[in-house]
Amino acid sequence: MPGRHRLCSASRSPWVRFPAALLCILILGASNLLPAQAPARPPLTWGGDAEGGAPYQFQDPADPRRIIGFEVDIVEAIGRILGRQTEFVQNQWEGLVPGLERGNYDVIVSGLEITPDRAEVISFSRPYYVTFEQLAVRRSDNAIRSLDDCEGRKVGTLRGSLAQRILEARKGIVLRSYDGQINAYEDLLNGRLDAVLMDHIIALYNVAPTPGLKMAGPPVGRLEYGMGVRKKDTQLLTQVNRALEQMISSGELRRILERWGIWTQACADYFGDHSPGSQRPVAFEEYLSSRTVERSAWERAKQYAGYLPLLGRGAIVTLELSVLAMALAVALGLLIALSRLYATAPVRALAGVYIESIRGTPLLIQLFLIFYGLPHVGIRLSPMLAAITGLALNYSAYEAENYRAGIQSIPRTQMEAALALGMTRLQALRYVIVPQAMRLVIPPVTNDFIALLKDSSLVSVITMVELTKSYSQLASIHYDYLGIGLLAAAMYFLIGLPFVRLARLAERHFNPEHRALLAGGRQHQAG
Amino acid sequence: MCENPDGSMAERIIEISGLKKSFHGQEVLRGISLDVAPKQLTVLIGPSGCGKSTLLRCLNGLEIFDEGRISVNGLRLERRAGHTHVDREYHRVTHQLRGMMGMVFQAFNLFPHMTTLDNVARPPAIVRSVPPDQARSEAVRLLEKVGLADKAALYPNQLSGGQQQRAAIARALAMKPKVILYDEPTSALDPGLVDEVLEVMRELDREGITQLVVTHEMRFARDVADKIAFMSEGMIVEEGDPDKIFSNPEDSRTHQFLKRYL
Repeated sequence: MPGRHRLCSASRSPWVRFPAALLCILILGASNLLPAQAPARPPLTWGGDAEGGAPYQFQDPADPRRIIGFEVDIVEAIGRILGRQTEFVQNQWEGLVPGLERGNYDVIVSGLEITPDRAEVISFSRPYYVTFEQLAVRRSDNAIRSLDDCEGRKVGTLRGSLAQRILEARKGIVLRSYDGQINAYEDLLNGRLDAVLMDHIIALYNVAPTPGLKMAGPPVGRLEYGMGVRKKDTQLLTQVNRALEQMISSGELRRILERWGIWTQACADYFGDHSPGSQRPVAFEEYLSSRTVERSAWERAKQYAGYLPLLGRGAIVTLELSVLAMALAVALGLLIALSRLYATAPVRALAGVYIESIRGTPLLIQLFLIFYGLPHVGIRLSPMLAAITGLALNYSAYEAENYRAGIQSIPRTQMEAALALGMTRLQALRYVIVPQAMRLVIPPVTNDFIALLKDSSLVSVITMVELTKSYSQLASIHYDYLGIGLLAAAMYFLIGLPFVRLARLAERHFNPEHRALLAGGRQHQAG
Repeated sequence: MCENPDGSMAERIIEISGLKKSFHGQEVLRGISLDVAPKQLTVLIGPSGCGKSTLLRCLNGLEIFDEGRISVNGLRLERRAGHTHVDREYHRVTHQLRGMMGMVFQAFNLFPHMTTLDNVARPPAIVRSVPPDQARSEAVRLLEKVGLADKAALYPNQLSGGQQQRAAIARALAMKPKVILYDEPTSALDPGLVDEVLEVMRELDREGITQLVVTHEMRFARDVADKIAFMSEGMIVEEGDPDKIFSNPEDSRTHQFLKRYL
């Protein structure tokens, strides 16, 4: 049977073996995408940004796999009251509200200030914490005693916070907005900023362990943190509110806040509880000691080794994501390139439009559209699937152009020779043109794979915790951007390296001159 | 199978009539009519740019002709004047025509990523689904025939021009064509390598394989051709057996052209 024979010869050729191997990786990878088996009573899932830092929710410096914080304690208490397990879902702070609407989790607990704007989109629980804005300056600085002294000075704060609105309302202050508080306080310490205005508890947790900084001036403004729930989940909202009230009246909420050292006058006023404190700020003290410990070189090395599992897990996600996305991009790219070169006019035009529109728009926006936009038309992809889809679609446009360049550089006469032998156009492409183009295309495709490996860090915006996200989480709890940064960079480098080697081997494999050398060698031996 | 003076009784494997082809408004073929008899070697001569290569390329569909009719082994392809649309049927027939004709190019056009053996063995496996083992043993036989048995494992860029062209002929033969078309098969070769290729063609002629050759090798044409057609400015000016064309050409242009070679 000729068909069977052909199959055998095909499977022997390296041409087919390579995609086959990719397919295996794909299938193995896909098993990770399957949802875990759901328990009888679904856990209460809550979204927050662990990178937001102490004391909200952050990775335990002693064991980075554990998330701790006063919000963790509050959510767990609510879970106990409601008789439900709780499950933390990491989500970039800016994406918390879209993530809730998308159904990634049931409730947001992440220092989310109750504002009229947000209340239009989601429902808020009653406040579980009230605080105010607090100014911080360098310890040596005695000139700034309040916001009034900040005229003409550079003041840092968090993007989109109440503090930012307060600063914007004042004339003459040079505003600098940050995405993370740590960088702001670091810039204050090194003189890039003159002052930092942030929520009091953030100031507390950053100023207290830093000898070079101090708080300055009276409380500014007032704000309330609420838990965010989807508008339609009225039943959940009622349950959460009841649980919170129960915690307030039993004193449990106060005990949690005291443990974290954040029970302030403002809280006492709001909760109407002016009794003297009973609880030592144990958690706050633990946090301070973790920040102030001096470490020997050996301890430091041990500490870095301790980061490896977490970074390693991020690296595996990055690798898995990149390989799957690239495999799809390469396959899709070939299809698009062939359509662009050989299909009927309308299909050709369509391929051109696809390439131009994908190349002409930012990957970040494409990812947002796929993850947050598609659910509006009923397509809900898991973060991993959305990330792979986004990267694959984006890179397929570039790969298509690589292929087109490769194919067009093969002389026309090769196609003519193949056609003259009675091959169809498709056969000529498959057996004659594409194999030759392959060799030319390998270097630029390798280039793109390395680029994709690094671009994959963008998927952290759709809640994926990959290598860069793992790095920034670790760096933000250990206040070590340099050491951990170098570690993460080294990991990216090491992930890419084997693929560069592989590409070089493949290039040699497809190079007829190299093959000729081998064949020549065989000839000599035979002769 | 001898030719009648009026041609009516002659057996023909290729019939071309009224073939016209223009490139960018310039008429390259201006109504070509030519017959090729089976088992014969027909040579097409003429000055450069007279349309010889274009004629061959129209014959196996590498160029789409504007008007006229070709028929190969009874399969007809016809285009009427002013009919610019190329339909599915045209492509289907062209594909079938190619199945009956082998083509040998001036620049060999071997596939550089395949060994010499694969160049000959892969096309039948791809196009005709010939089992690979059978295709390979047939390829070995053909390479022996063209004197390249010991080069089977080499890649085209390891072969001399003459060897490449012989491999290209073996590749064409592997498809078992009814006719082989040659487009100046020795023009790209060093003078010393020309004879080995012509010798293969001569051998194929002895075996009774139909060949249509565009060439400038006049001695070869005179010695081996069964029929010679002289082309000038897109027209067949004169045709006949070699003796008549070479010793007693009727047309002054033929005379003029041959004077330079003889």
